[in-house]
Amino acid sequence: MNDFTYHAPTSMDEALGALRGAEGGKVIAGGQSLLPIMKLNLAMPSDLVSLAGVPGLADIADGGDSVTVGAMCTHAQVAASAIVQGRIPALAAMADGIGDAQVRNAGTIGGSVAHNDPAADYPAACVALGATIVTDRREISADDFFRGMFMTPLEEDEVITAVRFPVPARAAYAKFANPASKYAIAGVMVADGPAGMRVAVTGASGDGVFRVAAMEAALGDSFSGDAVAGISVSTDGMLSDTAAGAEYRAHLVTVMARRAVEACG
Amino acid sequence: MSGNGTGIGASVKRKEDQRFLTGRGRYTDDINLHGQLYGYILRSPVAHASIGGIDTGAAMAAPGVHAVFTGKDMEGVGGIPTGWLIHSKDGSAMVEPPHPALALGKVRYVGDCVAIVVADTMEQAKSAANLVDVDYQELPAVASIEAAEAEGAAQVHDEAPDNVCYDWEVGDKAATDAAFEGADHVVSIDVVNNRLIPNAIEPRAAIANFDPATDEYTLYTTSQNPHLVRLLLGAFVLGLPEHKLRIVAPDVGGGFGSKIPHYAEEAILTWTAGQLGRPVKWTCERIDAFKSDTHGRDHISTAKLALDADGNFLGLHVSTKANLGAYLSTFATCVPTYLYGILFAGPYTTPAVYCEVKSFFTNTVPVDALRGAGRPEATYLLERLVEKAARELGMDRVEIRRKNFVREFPYQTPVALQYDQGDYDATLDLALAAADWDGFEARRAEAAARGKCRGIGISTFIEACGIAPSAVVGSLGARAGLYESGSVRVHPTGSISVFTGTHSHGQGHETTFAQIVSDMLGVDFNAVDVVHGDSAKIPFGMGTYGSRSLAVGGTAIYLAVEKVIEKGKKIAAHLLEASAEDIEFENGSFTVAGTDRSKSLGEVALTAYVPHNYPAGLEPGLEETAFYDPLNFTFPAGTHIVEVEVDPETGEVDLVAVTGSDDVGRIINPMIVAGQLHGGLAHGIGQALMEECRYQEDGQLETGSYMNYTMPRAADLPSFSINHNTTHCTHNPLGAKGVGEVGSIGVPPAVINAVIDALRPLGVDDMTMPATSQRVWQAIQHAQG
Ligand SMILES: Cc1cc2nc3c(=O)[nH]c(=O)nc-3n(C[C@H](O)[C@H](O)[C@H](O)COP(=O)(O)OP(=O)(O)OC[C@H]3O[C@@H](n4cnc5c(N)ncnc54)[C@H](O)[C@@H]3O)c2cc1C
Repeated sequence: MNDFTYHAPTSMDEALGALRGAEGGKVIAGGQSLLPIMKLNLAMPSDLVSLAGVPGLADIADGGDSVTVGAMCTHAQVAASAIVQGRIPALAAMADGIGDAQVRNAGTIGGSVAHNDPAADYPAACVALGATIVTDRREISADDFFRGMFMTPLEEDEVITAVRFPVPARAAYAKFANPASKYAIAGVMVADGPAGMRVAVTGASGDGVFRVAAMEAALGDSFSGDAVAGISVSTDGMLSDTAAGAEYRAHLVTVMARRAVEACG
Repeated sequence: MSGNGTGIGASVKRKEDQRFLTGRGRYTDDINLHGQLYGYILRSPVAHASIGGIDTGAAMAAPGVHAVFTGKDMEGVGGIPTGWLIHSKDGSAMVEPPHPALALGKVRYVGDCVAIVVADTMEQAKSAANLVDVDYQELPAVASIEAAEAEGAAQVHDEAPDNVCYDWEVGDKAATDAAFEGADHVVSIDVVNNRLIPNAIEPRAAIANFDPATDEYTLYTTSQNPHLVRLLLGAFVLGLPEHKLRIVAPDVGGGFGSKIPHYAEEAILTWTAGQLGRPVKWTCERIDAFKSDTHGRDHISTAKLALDADGNFLGLHVSTKANLGAYLSTFATCVPTYLYGILFAGPYTTPAVYCEVKSFFTNTVPVDALRGAGRPEATYLLERLVEKAARELGMDRVEIRRKNFVREFPYQTPVALQYDQGDYDATLDLALAAADWDGFEARRAEAAARGKCRGIGISTFIEACGIAPSAVVGSLGARAGLYESGSVRVHPTGSISVFTGTHSHGQGHETTFAQIVSDMLGVDFNAVDVVHGDSAKIPFGMGTYGSRSLAVGGTAIYLAVEKVIEKGKKIAAHLLEASAEDIEFENGSFTVAGTDRSKSLGEVALTAYVPHNYPAGLEPGLEETAFYDPLNFTFPAGTHIVEVEVDPETGEVDLVAVTGSDDVGRIINPMIVAGQLHGGLAHGIGQALMEECRYQEDGQLETGSYMNYTMPRAADLPSFSINHNTTHCTHNPLGAKGVGEVGSIGVPPAVINAVIDALRPLGVDDMTMPATSQRVWQAIQHAQG
């Protein structure tokens, strides 16, 4: 790991200033994705700007028809939140299934969304629920945010402050985890909400989260597990690794979709 | 033996846990020496290459750097030796290519040691290592057995044509062939024993020091057998006499075999400390541990079993290919031979057994012992084959095993071993009852109603532990004896220090051995401390592996205690004005037989050290040492039964029940024995369902981190049902057999047999380890056409 300068700003302005002043600065939240890649020298930031001391980033607010989760909320916090459990139980359950307890206690929603790991869970939740990513300067719809593996429209010095989730009529998440890393091999969030009927898949494709239009249409006609059980996704572009080849992944997408629908009750 | 609350047979809480659980353990990385530097080992990023040249200039100029050494600098220093000479079928000696500690001329696996960079801090050493410019001229690599034996395969060592190290055999081939000719049935099987990465929780570490005042080297290292390291490092690598080389293996956080070998890093560090005249410290990072700790297993086998019409086993023929990796690690060569081939009688009376093993060099990490070492490979093959035989002959899979059990002891197998004692029927019956074998079909039906495929699997097995006697292993090629030493020092006021040549790195010796001594001498358990892991304190030792510590090391201690008692009787006789023959020792007191005249052990000990009133001709002091060379292996045996539920949609295997019924000999501490069984079972289940080391064709390690190498977690495992049927070993006074490897030996075939049993209704009749969800799903797809 290379040397870097560490900043612990106590306001958003200070944080943004530190980012702008750095040659190759990066925000650090829970460090659960950033530190492992720094250890491998895959990222070598000159400066790390911690958001831990910036006030107001770790709140969860009930906005009636939406729930807003602060960027610095940990996965454990989201999982245990009475607001999230009450309004969008699928989101709380999803957060509870991320990694392991240590990861859930450190990792944050903002970090997960900004990192856009193709095997992360939040992207599926954001896309299926039609979430909005709120930054220090703008709001970006989830549909425009996840742009393929590790790619987002965030600018170098842009900081996510919160993610706003519309409350769906029903939603559920089913995940088949990699037995080693616990990341998703196939994670499917099904949501029937303000954004319409949505089926968003993570973990399976090299391009990151994607929607399955055929399943969404089928669920629109008949909201039942059987409606999606026969719909397969293409193996083109599917990830293939030691735990799961493309064919197996594609198969799991269908199984997880059906299970998510059934879990919607 | 008095059997008090802390004596033999009591579940005493482990002495050592106090310091481990409160963070006061002293591991190698906790040791810091005045003026120490840090060494970073630069490792090869490629599997096979000629080294065109190494430019260390930029690294030398980096901040804090004191030295950079490469293979050229160490040229002339001895290579890393191997501990067991194997002879091929034709009588020729195995090929033993040189293993320079730092690569010389070529690198042969990803992780091979290329240079050591020494700096004031580890960070400086590591950063500077990035500046070492190595000209790797890549060569084609062979990363698997198949690749190593292919026509025109790249050569790992010029000395080893066709990449073969040896082509070994055991058993009577002609008799075995004849058995097949007369057989009513022949059942054959092909199995792969998956390659594993050991993953002890504490990574390897070492800190070496040279003291110019005494010319003495000290190496603190994460070893399971410090004396062996001293022997190999001193005599073979650096040419140092034993009295100038001290090896300390302090608290060690798990080994599982991976800390048996003498490693190149130990030689590099010790040599570097001598060059620089300053202590040098190295701690392996986890990512380097994956590619530099010895790996385990990696066999491809084909076998056949000959049976008569009634299902009696007539003959067994096994052909195995084993991957040894790029260099011969300390016990690499004996694991797939003398710890494997001679196990093939199993618990059965098969009259003719033949096993041949061809071992290959590949461009992969050296392969050595891993918990069970050879015996899991043999057991897996045999129990898969026996299961298959039952299916093909339409016999009950319990009955086919029972029908062939050895019942008369001692039993001479056709492959060298002589079993001294056992009761395989009783062990099997206990397991069947504990697992409710007879009630299984109802559970299968209930699971089917939930859409799950439930299966049950069994394995009945023996293992051979405490490799011995020395004369026999010597005749088979071992370059060391396999005895053990134990010393018992009774201090003047009656407290006791016990010195053992075995090494505890999770086994709880400090507790178990203290129980034996306190029980035998009738002293308080807390008055006995066990010392291990320091060549300056222990007379000699062969370390801990092969489940040998209690049976061999414990016996040495037992014999030393007997000597202490004998001497104590002479002192007591003098004090009591009686004849030594009339003195009895019990519960810590020496008593004149038939009287109430007695002296306590404390009084006798004080007399021994303050010999004002002392028998003429007797040496003062009360300390005895015994070296114990066993007469035979010990033979733990057991039955393991596993139940699984497979989700046919995803292929996930859910382990729902694991029953062990084991004969591990006399149990000193039931809680520690249960812990060893649990750990071994988890290890075996890991091999059967999760763990798989994979290399790419170019020799890059594909499963190089916990992101894709799956270790078993507590949540993956059900509560185990542990049961004991005990017979005592007949040739050691403790009656001990061994327990550390039982689970990893016995359970893998039971798991796979259960998975196949679950999938049989879907048409699946074979499964490769590990039975990952993808592999199971693919098997179902394949069977369903
Ligand atoms: C063993 C393990 C298992 C895991 N399993 C899972 C899993 O099952 N599912 C899953 O979804 N994830 C998993 N993760 C990842 C985990 O969820 C991380 O928490 C998450 O990916 C990143 O969050 P973080 O807070 O740690 O971000 P960091 O690691 O601190 O940062 C990640 C990236 O996001 C940027 N960033 C962070 N916060 C902001 C912000 N507010 N605005 C802009 N940019 C920001 C950083 O600059 C960096 O580039 C796992 C991680 C580990 C180590």
